[in-house]
Amino acid sequence: MTFAAGARVRVRDDWPETRGPCHIRTPHYLRGRTGVVVRHLGDFPNPEDLAFARPAERRPLYHVRFAQPPIWHEGHEGDDVQVEIFEHWLEDA
Amino acid sequence: MSAMQDADARLLRAVTALLTQKGVTSADEIAERMRLTDAASPGQGARMVARAWLDPEYRALMLADGTRAAEALGIPMRGAPPLGVLENTADLHHLVVCTLCSCYPRAVLGYPPFWFKSAAYRARAVRDPRGLLADFGTHLADSVRVRVVDSTADYRWMVLPLRPAGTEGWDEARLAAIVREGDMIGTTQVAP
Amino acid sequence: MDEDANLPPPESRPRATHDLGGVSRFLCEPVDTTPHALTEFDREVDALRQILGMRGIMGVDELRRGVEALPEEEYFGLSYYQRWIRAISATLLRKSVITEAELRTAISELS
Repeated sequence: MTFAAGARVRVRDDWPETRGPCHIRTPHYLRGRTGVVVRHLGDFPNPEDLAFARPAERRPLYHVRFAQPPIWHEGHEGDDVQVEIFEHWLEDA
Repeated sequence: MSAMQDADARLLRAVTALLTQKGVTSADEIAERMRLTDAASPGQGARMVARAWLDPEYRALMLADGTRAAEALGIPMRGAPPLGVLENTADLHHLVVCTLCSCYPRAVLGYPPFWFKSAAYRARAVRDPRGLLADFGTHLADSVRVRVVDSTADYRWMVLPLRPAGTEGWDEARLAAIVREGDMIGTTQVAP
Repeated sequence: MDEDANLPPPESRPRATHDLGGVSRFLCEPVDTTPHALTEFDREVDALRQILGMRGIMGVDELRRGVEALPEEEYFGLSYYQRWIRAISATLLRKSVITEAELRTAISELS
């Protein structure tokens, strides 16, 4: 497990959708965005592989919090979005 | 029924017949599974909320391990995804959504409602949560922050809503009776 | 966060059809908050999906991928459980749990 609670992380700005059939559970609106790890939720089999009935490695899953107003340049100050993101989608920020 | 709905109804019957022929399932098993699934309802989550309002130890358990808290009240959780519980406070209001599909805490709330699965809900919750809440008749004070929780992976999330004023001295059953489905998703607030 | 200020707007990114968070097309659409009872069809599809998961034949991730693979007009035009039964049958066919010929026969044999 790589990220501690409180770590600043960036969601990889990657688009596997452009390269062929895939099943991605990292919402588009977060790709490339920086957030803060709230906690490690546990390790779970990678859904990207489960979706294709491939052997799926367990990967750490984190709850990550992002400020909401900057995402679409609208919204209410102080609001945030908290999302489950797998470790392989995160990098140090 | 439209022609397309009729075609899909026939598809279901054909697939079920084939799977039954192959010994994968049976009409009885499907009927039993339907019965078991129907048994889950928001009333279960409501019992958890009412207990948490009255019992600080249970509240702590619910926030630390929603699955164990559900099991402690006899709610079947075997095979169910881990349950996370989000605590509303005077200045923080949670709203649960699944923008990618319809992940919902079915084990404690039953089937997801139509609106939860709709494109409008899924699109608007993360971008305009307050506008969305207004569709449900919910208006939060400016001082309250909104935290939208997008269920994207293995956890399922429910909200532990604020206990409303005017319920002092109520017992658990009376409290549970006023907790509705939307209160545990964050679209509404509990009203006495 | 400053470093995010230069990110292109979410809507300009190559998102998949089902990846609906914040999508403009639905921003002005009111949510239908009225109760919608599930039909027998809905509940039966749901039960079937659960059983296939329990049997290890088709997991929920495969279902999601199957729904996501539906053409856009079907994704938005079909009901929730219509999408499911189409995703289920496509997955069962792809995995050779059932064959096209078997399915055609089974449909034709329905009363």
